[in-house]
Amino acid sequence: MPDGHSPIVIGRRGFLIGSLSAGMLTVSYGALPAWGAEPAAAGLYSPSLWYDIDDQGVVTVNIAKAEMGQHVGTPLAQSVAEELEADWSQMRIRHVDSDPKWGTMITGGSWSVNWTFDLLSRAGAAGRIALVAAAAKTFGVAPEACVASAGTVTSGAKSVSYAELIKAGGIAAAMSDADLKQIKLKSPAEYKIVGKSVAALDIPAKVDGSAHYGIDFQTPNMLFAKLVRPPVRNGATVKTVDDQGARKIPGYVKTLTLDDPSKTFSGLVVVLADNYWAASRASDAVQVTWDLGPHAKVDDAALLAAARQAAANPDAGASWVLDGDADAALAKASNIVSAEYLTGANLHAPMEPMNATALFDNGVWHLHAGNQFQTACVPLVAKSLGVDPAQVVVHQYYLGGGFGRRLYGDYLIPAALAAKATGRPVKLVYNRSDDMRLDCPRSPSFQAIKAAIGPDGRVSALKHDVVAGWPTNTVAPALLADTPDKRKADSFAVSGADFWYSVPNHHVRAIRNELAQAALSPGYLRSVGPGFTIWAVESFFDELAKSANADPVEFRLKHLDAAGKQAGGQTPGNQGGANRLAAVLKAAADRAGWKKQALPAGTAQGVAISMGQERGMPTFTACVAEVSVDKATGKFSVKKLTVVSDVGTPVNPDGVRSQMESATLWGLSLAIHESGTIKDGAITAGNYDAYTPLRMSQVPNLDISFIGEGHYPVGIGEPPTTVVAPAIANAIAAATGARVRSLPITPKKVKAALI
Amino acid sequence: MIELTINGQQHQVELPPDTPLLYVLRDHVGLTGTKFGCGAALCGACTVHLDGTAARSCVTAISDLAGVKITTIEGLDPQGRHPIQLAWIKEQVPACGYCQSGQIMQAASLLAQSPQPSDQDIVNAMDGNLCRCMQYIRIHRAIKTAAADMAKGGSHHA
Repeated sequence: MPDGHSPIVIGRRGFLIGSLSAGMLTVSYGALPAWGAEPAAAGLYSPSLWYDIDDQGVVTVNIAKAEMGQHVGTPLAQSVAEELEADWSQMRIRHVDSDPKWGTMITGGSWSVNWTFDLLSRAGAAGRIALVAAAAKTFGVAPEACVASAGTVTSGAKSVSYAELIKAGGIAAAMSDADLKQIKLKSPAEYKIVGKSVAALDIPAKVDGSAHYGIDFQTPNMLFAKLVRPPVRNGATVKTVDDQGARKIPGYVKTLTLDDPSKTFSGLVVVLADNYWAASRASDAVQVTWDLGPHAKVDDAALLAAARQAAANPDAGASWVLDGDADAALAKASNIVSAEYLTGANLHAPMEPMNATALFDNGVWHLHAGNQFQTACVPLVAKSLGVDPAQVVVHQYYLGGGFGRRLYGDYLIPAALAAKATGRPVKLVYNRSDDMRLDCPRSPSFQAIKAAIGPDGRVSALKHDVVAGWPTNTVAPALLADTPDKRKADSFAVSGADFWYSVPNHHVRAIRNELAQAALSPGYLRSVGPGFTIWAVESFFDELAKSANADPVEFRLKHLDAAGKQAGGQTPGNQGGANRLAAVLKAAADRAGWKKQALPAGTAQGVAISMGQERGMPTFTACVAEVSVDKATGKFSVKKLTVVSDVGTPVNPDGVRSQMESATLWGLSLAIHESGTIKDGAITAGNYDAYTPLRMSQVPNLDISFIGEGHYPVGIGEPPTTVVAPAIANAIAAATGARVRSLPITPKKVKAALI
Repeated sequence: MIELTINGQQHQVELPPDTPLLYVLRDHVGLTGTKFGCGAALCGACTVHLDGTAARSCVTAISDLAGVKITTIEGLDPQGRHPIQLAWIKEQVPACGYCQSGQIMQAASLLAQSPQPSDQDIVNAMDGNLCRCMQYIRIHRAIKTAAADMAKGGSHHA
């Protein structure tokens, strides 16, 4: 949505606070039947609870977000603790299994803190208010005469700990929406725990081998399973299966041809054994033939041709931005610049390959697997199994990398179908080739941009076609967004093109690449659409600056005038709008010494800016890349990346920094190290020798910093990923005149652009 | 029957001799801290120590391990407080954490052989360990921190 709100809305339905029994205080959020409607086993279980406090004063926050490297539970617990006035050392987190009571369960979009900060702050405050009221009663004073801090309520000389209050029992309170809204939350100046770099609560288990990932789950009587994949990503059907060779392998059990009623997969065969090595060896020995289906000849060239063909149709796609009349303005203009930008397929390749263990127990299907989007994945698995979604539970674990891969529940299906067919628990682990070749990759993208520069040196009109596969069609088609021309688009395949530059006539079309959609099942990859839209927009703005004979930083600032919709303020997250984007740009330019340094010949700086993921929750980010280029060979070296983001409020500053380091290096890796090739209907790479994320030796000098001046917190898991590639391309162009318009940037492409 | 010595304990294993150590550790002995990443010695997530030196367990057949002392992340330090582990917490290194057992075992092997590694020594030793979250800056920093702590403490348990 151009002035977008997230397509998923979290409802607010009031809080209930109470002790189910002496010994436990619970704070919930959601429509509850009544306290005690579900049995409170040992006082430790209650419906729909965001946190509980036990009679030792230990506060455990239920985290419905996936832990996949962001340490997400820590800032969420900080949000609760701040308003609860809890003692931080008493805070714990609990990652929860899928259950409708948690509402929409999705971890992505860099949304987690942004979506829950207010909710959890108010949950914390509601608990504090109830505890203070209970203490006041004990003291025989008014609640206003009490102060809560570090898990203790005091009034004059009297004091009582939360643990003591809970031990005494009898706390009960209810708050309506209106009550909740009226709670006055703290101002940033009053924060004691929010804004502190407390140590991440998940880290200790990640240094001694005790952290449990989905792949670590085991259960008695379990079969191990290995896939036999068709040579194409999509569309194959199994013709014959011969397991004679496999029968000689000790531990081999049987081979199944999967029939997936959800039609997520076709052509998959599963080999079962009593241990994984046997399943793996047996899978090599099973002979399968396939009808390869309609996509057997799809390759990068065919995908690009399909994209160009789609863009050539004037009625294709949906208008994501429709301001003024770009066509009319371009028709009248004299100074016109146009360019095309490409990105190839990119893989998630998380270190923990896709895996799941499925078992049926007492009428319920249990899926054990780290997951990012239970709300979509539970119904998908249920459809495959032919059962009601209420009969499926996805048990949560640490995720050995998410990056958007585990938003798509396809990887849960083979284990579920194999367990159904055998009547035994089945653990199915993709090997690295399975993981790469059955990835839901970031779609290849094709973008064509055309703009006019007016006599005032400003862009008067800009037309931008974004053609790619749409991940939302793969994962959750109901979440396609409405557009101003009353059509539907995947916000996650075009966001970022709706930039914060003021351009009076601006038309962006989101066009689905139907071939990419059918052949690749494109998915969400860290930074999603802005991973390619910002590549195009920010490369193009440098091309425009050059055409206007303007300095790239000055040219951008000129267009960041915060006029009209670019003033922001449509959501709590986008207060300040383009002014905040201008501020990070100036900050990055200052830190990098833009135009103030004498750089060696062949070395130059390039700049790029971005709002991060979406207009409703912009994380304004700027990057200056310093790159040296060898003109003879096209070889280049990224010397330094300076990145500045405005995170609103850094709930955990070191957590913010860690995510910025990670996202920046992801941006670098996608820009120059990661290249997914599509050939014969499949991703060609089968391991980390062919798909090559950045290694330690490839880390450049980094200067990472952030601004957090008390605005509402926004997400930081992805935004820096978007700015690195265009900053590098702009630096290469500044150093040599060579303009590379396709990702990844390689020495070969630089050399070709030099000639 | 092959006898393996894992974290100081004897284990009798009745599996084909070409079975990689990784699967024995994870699926048979129940030591799941060692991770499967690539199956081809390309990522380092499965790194363990064989007689004190880092090795990739996904390509090490158990038939080669008679009489070899195998150490996994669970056995690196009885309390999980090896200087490397403490430095990993101090520098808040892990993100998703999946590769970190391998990173820690690789780093511990480096420091055992080279207690004061240069920046380049660290990169050379660690470049085979992929971190998809790309926590490399912190990994590098934590190795320096651990080296300094070990030099100060002078003993294994800082």
